[in-house]
Amino acid sequence: MTNIIHRRSRLLNLFIWGLVFIWIIAASFPFFWTLWGSFKVQGDFFSKADWTNAISGVRTQIETGGAFTGNGYYGAWVTKNFWLAAINTGIIVSSVVVISLTLGTLGGYALARSGKRYAFYLLMLALVFRAMPHITLVSGYLLPFFEWNLWGHIPTAIIVMVAINQPFTLWMLHSFFLNIPKDLDESAMVDGCTRFQAFRHVIIPVMWPGVVTTGLFSFLLAYNDFTVTATLLSQANQTMVPKIASFLGTTQTEGNVMFAVAAVVSATAPLFVLILFFQRQIVSGLTAGAVKG
Amino acid sequence: MKNRNFFWFILPSLITMLLFIALPIVSVVVQSLHIEHEAVLNEVENCGPFGCKKELIINVEETKKLKLESPLGQFNGLKTYTNRNHLAFEEIQQSWSQSDSISGFISNTLNLPFYRALAFTLTYTFVVTPFVLFFGFLIALGVNSLPKTMKGPTIFVSLLPMIVTPLIGSLILFWMIDAQGIIGSILQRIFDDPNLSLKASPTLTWVMLMVYGIWHSSPFAFIVFYAGLQTVPSDTIEAAMIDGASRWERTKYVVLPHLMPLTIFILLIQLMDNFRVFEPIVGFSAQANATSLSWIIYNDISNNEDQFFGSAGATSVLTIIGVSILLIPVLIRTWREFNRKVV
Repeated sequence: MTNIIHRRSRLLNLFIWGLVFIWIIAASFPFFWTLWGSFKVQGDFFSKADWTNAISGVRTQIETGGAFTGNGYYGAWVTKNFWLAAINTGIIVSSVVVISLTLGTLGGYALARSGKRYAFYLLMLALVFRAMPHITLVSGYLLPFFEWNLWGHIPTAIIVMVAINQPFTLWMLHSFFLNIPKDLDESAMVDGCTRFQAFRHVIIPVMWPGVVTTGLFSFLLAYNDFTVTATLLSQANQTMVPKIASFLGTTQTEGNVMFAVAAVVSATAPLFVLILFFQRQIVSGLTAGAVKG
Repeated sequence: MKNRNFFWFILPSLITMLLFIALPIVSVVVQSLHIEHEAVLNEVENCGPFGCKKELIINVEETKKLKLESPLGQFNGLKTYTNRNHLAFEEIQQSWSQSDSISGFISNTLNLPFYRALAFTLTYTFVVTPFVLFFGFLIALGVNSLPKTMKGPTIFVSLLPMIVTPLIGSLILFWMIDAQGIIGSILQRIFDDPNLSLKASPTLTWVMLMVYGIWHSSPFAFIVFYAGLQTVPSDTIEAAMIDGASRWERTKYVVLPHLMPLTIFILLIQLMDNFRVFEPIVGFSAQANATSLSWIIYNDISNNEDQFFGSAGATSVLTIIGVSILLIPVLIRTWREFNRKVV
């Protein structure tokens, strides 16, 4: 029967597939182009003579003797200490994910099981908090943080990002917990468990798919953040994204822009791997709040 | 769940949200009512060969001391809100009485920093959001009709623009549309204009930023719509076919109504996210031609020498008011739905 539903005229099919094809090109080509170009010299990546130089690498041949060069990567990672930013990002992102999930599972579970009116009010409040532009919150932190000497440290950025992402985490885990049947923990409590014991021994073992998906999104939010990390961290504690932004300020010297290009490719690689392994979870996460809602 | 249990479960989460979301909003309001101290000036008599002159010199020590004593600055009331950099009441009144045409008045108004940013933010929000919904839906329809083996890779590729760091995504596009980049130079060849630069003209900068926004957010709408299409009830479609409904009628009367709640969901998320547009402006270095509300707040606080907390606070409060206005319809809707469920 589905075959009949999906039977289309050839013209319509051609149109739709053409559209999908254009979209695939638009979505993927910029990444491959930048990846390819990151192994060239600036004279090829931004070619004054002919853009096809970026493919063949004419200037790269002349300047370095090979068709590919790792100069951009060397400059970024070694000369400009991008490795330090990568380590900082690693510390911050993993802490944010762990803390967000711990607080979020507790809160999300409570919100999903309460059924009282105030739980709904809290969810609405979280929605309002979710809508606040991050920069408005950051402009509220700066002055007190300066006064109390909290500014610039990694733990400060971690707790701020946990808090900013908490509304989203709560909403998502709340909708996952709604899908776990109530009978499960209620029967445990009939058998004499306290609420926390029921959560600990019955819910935690079955909640992992939802937690993994929410964890992925907390990871993305922390990894992709520019506003908080750029304004609340000192130079020494800088993460990758603000570091890349700071490369751009110093692009006057020939070749420096290639540091930024190499750094951009390096920072995108983990995301690429992430989609490769977790595509299914990402898709289910995006639709968790929506399809059931 | 018992109230006491609920309280302990939600407490850690609630504390972080109150401390780092609710309090900063209060702090922003307080800041917006204050302004930086004026520098302490001392009168000094300078005597040279041509007589004595009185000069005002900034007393650095006293100024520093004043700043240490009350870092918030001095109370300024609502004056920050009405000054030239924010709502600019005086300038608007003046321009209203002086300019002879509406368009002159509008262009005067759009030269004021706050209104310039507001105009871009609103245009961005209300152009990008519908396009995202439209393209997302089209791509979802397309991918849905692909053979099974093609679906996975297509979804993989589609996720890239959405998942990439916004600043990095905008940089990647920015380098490509550079006059010496691939898209920039191809456009120059197509229009046969060697001086064509997407960065120089305000209109093209706006278009470029919005194209980036659509590129970045369409995958989100696509994925949600695609998941929605999987759950379209096939019985209803079959029934419609038996009743003689054409393909267009089936889409219009069965598929679209089924996807309506999803559309509202995407709309809500997109309005919230597009209103805070910020990173693309940094990535595209577009501040000369386009600024957003978030960007002017960032500009006030990012400078390490002079940070204008009062000014940033006032813009933040105005931004929060803007977000609230956008949210009200959605909140009312959710409220009604919840009450219906309870009763």
